[in-house]
Amino acid sequence: MNHSLIITSSGSKLSLKFSGEFTLYTISKYQNQIDTINFNDTQSVVLDFTELSYLDTASAIFINSLERKFLDKNIGFDIQCFSNDILDTIKLVKKETLTASKIPPLTKRTPLDMVGEMSYANYLGFLSFMAFIGELFATKIYYLKSLNNIRYKEIAFELNESMVKAFLIISITSFLIGVVVAYQSAYQLKIYGANIFIVDMLGISILRELAPLITAIVIAGRSGSAFTAQIGAMKITEELDAMRTMGFDPYVFLVMPRIIALMIAMPLLIFVADIMAIIGGMVIANIDLGITPELFLERFNSVIDVKHFFIGILKGPFFAFLIATIGIYRGLMVKNDTQSIGVNTTKSVVEAIFAVIVCDAIFSILFTNMGI
Amino acid sequence: MSPIIKVRDVRTVFKGKVVHNGLNLSINEGEIYGLLGPSGCGKTTLLREMVLLQKFHSGHIEVLSHSLKEIRHKNAQILRQNWGVLFQAGALFSSLSLAENIALPLKEYTDLSDKMIDEIVEFKINIVGLQSRDAHLYPSEISGGMKKKAALARALAMDPKLLFLDEPTSGLDPISAREFDALILKLRSLLRLTIVMVSHDLQSIYDTLDRVAVIDNKKIAYEGTLSQVTSSESEFIQTFFGKNNE
Repeated sequence: MNHSLIITSSGSKLSLKFSGEFTLYTISKYQNQIDTINFNDTQSVVLDFTELSYLDTASAIFINSLERKFLDKNIGFDIQCFSNDILDTIKLVKKETLTASKIPPLTKRTPLDMVGEMSYANYLGFLSFMAFIGELFATKIYYLKSLNNIRYKEIAFELNESMVKAFLIISITSFLIGVVVAYQSAYQLKIYGANIFIVDMLGISILRELAPLITAIVIAGRSGSAFTAQIGAMKITEELDAMRTMGFDPYVFLVMPRIIALMIAMPLLIFVADIMAIIGGMVIANIDLGITPELFLERFNSVIDVKHFFIGILKGPFFAFLIATIGIYRGLMVKNDTQSIGVNTTKSVVEAIFAVIVCDAIFSILFTNMGI
Repeated sequence: MSPIIKVRDVRTVFKGKVVHNGLNLSINEGEIYGLLGPSGCGKTTLLREMVLLQKFHSGHIEVLSHSLKEIRHKNAQILRQNWGVLFQAGALFSSLSLAENIALPLKEYTDLSDKMIDEIVEFKINIVGLQSRDAHLYPSEISGGMKKKAALARALAMDPKLLFLDEPTSGLDPISAREFDALILKLRSLLRLTIVMVSHDLQSIYDTLDRVAVIDNKKIAYEGTLSQVTSSESEFIQTFFGKNNE
C-alpha cells in the first residue's frame, strides 16, 4: 500500500501530513522520520490526517504518545481529519489509556528468594514422598489381611508387561555386555598368559554386579518411565478421581500390583541376564583365548561360588521396589498440564537409576564387610 | 422432602487463598440441583468436597446422612457405592472398553454372574442412548458426546440414589447438549434420582434445574428456585440471568 509521512515546516509551525494506510508496519519508519525533527523552534504542530485512509489501534497509540510528547514540550497541536472512523479509533485509544490499569511489574526475585522457594518445594516434595510411602505400607497391610484382597489379575497383566515383554531386550543387552567385558579383559589377560582367569573375572563381575545393574537400568528406562506416563495420563484425564469416587483405591488397583509384579519380575530377569552375559563371555573366550565351552564351564563350576549368584538375585527385589515406587510416585505427582508428564517421566528414570546405584553401593560395602 | 445433602459453614482454603467462607445449602431428595457461579468461584471444588475427593477446612457436609468430616473408611466405601459421579471429560478408564467400564463396579462390588452383568450393562448402555454395538469400543475410539453418555452409564451402574454431574453439557454441540438435558430429565423420572450438577450452560440450567445455589464471592449469593433468582442483588446473577430474561 502507498503510505507516506510528509513533514513541512514554516517558521514555528510544523505540519505532519500522513497519507495512505497507517498501520503497525509503518510506525517505526515514521518514528525515525519524526526523531530527526528538531522541535526546539516549533510552537505548533498540525497533524494532518485528511489523506489518511486507515489507522489501526497501534498507530493510534503512537499518535497518542506523540500528542503527550507535544504537551510535555508545550507545543500546541491540532488534528485535521475528515474521517469519523479514524477519530473514533483515536478517541477509543485515549479513553482506554486513561482508564486502563497498569500491568504490575513482575516482582523481582532475589537469589535468596529462589533458594528459599526451592528448599520449601523440596521439603514439600519430601513430605509428599513420605505420605506416599506411608500409604503404600497401609495398603500392604490391607493386602496381607486377606488373600482375596490381592489383585492377581492386575499383577499377572503387569508381569506380562514388564517381564515377559522385556526378556528379549534384557537378553540382547546382557549378551553384548558379556561380549564387551570378555573382549576387553581377554586382551589384558593374554599379555600375562593368564587366559583361564577370564572365567573367574567374568563369573564374579557379571553375577554379582553387572547383570543386576544392567537389568535395573534397562527396567528403569522401560517400566519405570511407563509407570510414570500411564499413571500421569490417568491423573490428567481424571481417571484416578473417577476410581476414588467409585471406591476403588488407586493404591490397591494400580500401585501395589505394579510394585509386586516388578519385584517378582526382577530376579527372574537378572537370572536371564546372568545366563546371557556368561554365554557372551564364553563365546569370546572361545574365539579369542581358545578356551572351549567345556573348559570354561568346568572352571566356572570349580571357582565361582554360588553365593555370587544369590547376591545378584537378591538385589533384584530391592532394585525393583525402588524403580517401581519412584516411577509410580512420579506419576502421581503429575499436575494438570501436559508438560508435567515429560518432566516427571524424565525425573522418574533419572531418580530410579540413581537410587539403584546408591542401593548397589550400599550392598557392595555391606556384603564385602560381612565377608560374603 | 428431606434434605439428602446438607452443607453447613464450609470453609475452604487453597494455598492461602480462601475459596469458600461459610457456605450453607441443602439439597432435597428427588430434585435436580444446580451449583452456579462465575469461573473460579469454587463450584467444582464444592462438588469434589461432596464426593470425598477434597478436604474442606471447617464446617460440615452431610451426604446421605453420613457426615464427611471424619468419615471412616468403611462408611466412605458404602457412600461411594451409593452415588455416581460424571466427570467433565467422562474419565472413562482408557484401558477398558465401554462395556468393561460399566461392568467394573458390578464385578468389584457384587457377586452377580457374568451373564447377569452383561444384561445389566446392555440395559445401562441403552438407557443412556448408546447403541449396543458400541459396547466393545474403547474410550479413545468414540466422540465426546458418546464418552459422556458412557460415563453416565457407568455412574448409573450400581443404581445410585445420588448423581453428581460436573458440567455435563460442556464441550457438546447444542443439539447433543439438549439431548443430554432430556436424558437427565428422563433418568430422573425413571430412576427417581437426586441430581447435583455444576453447569454454565444457561439453556441447560433453565431446562433441567429445580433449584439452584449461586456461589459468588466465597458465599452463597442465592439459593432457591430459578423463577426468583433475579431478585438477588449479586452482580454475577444480574449479568448472568438478568440480560437473558429480557
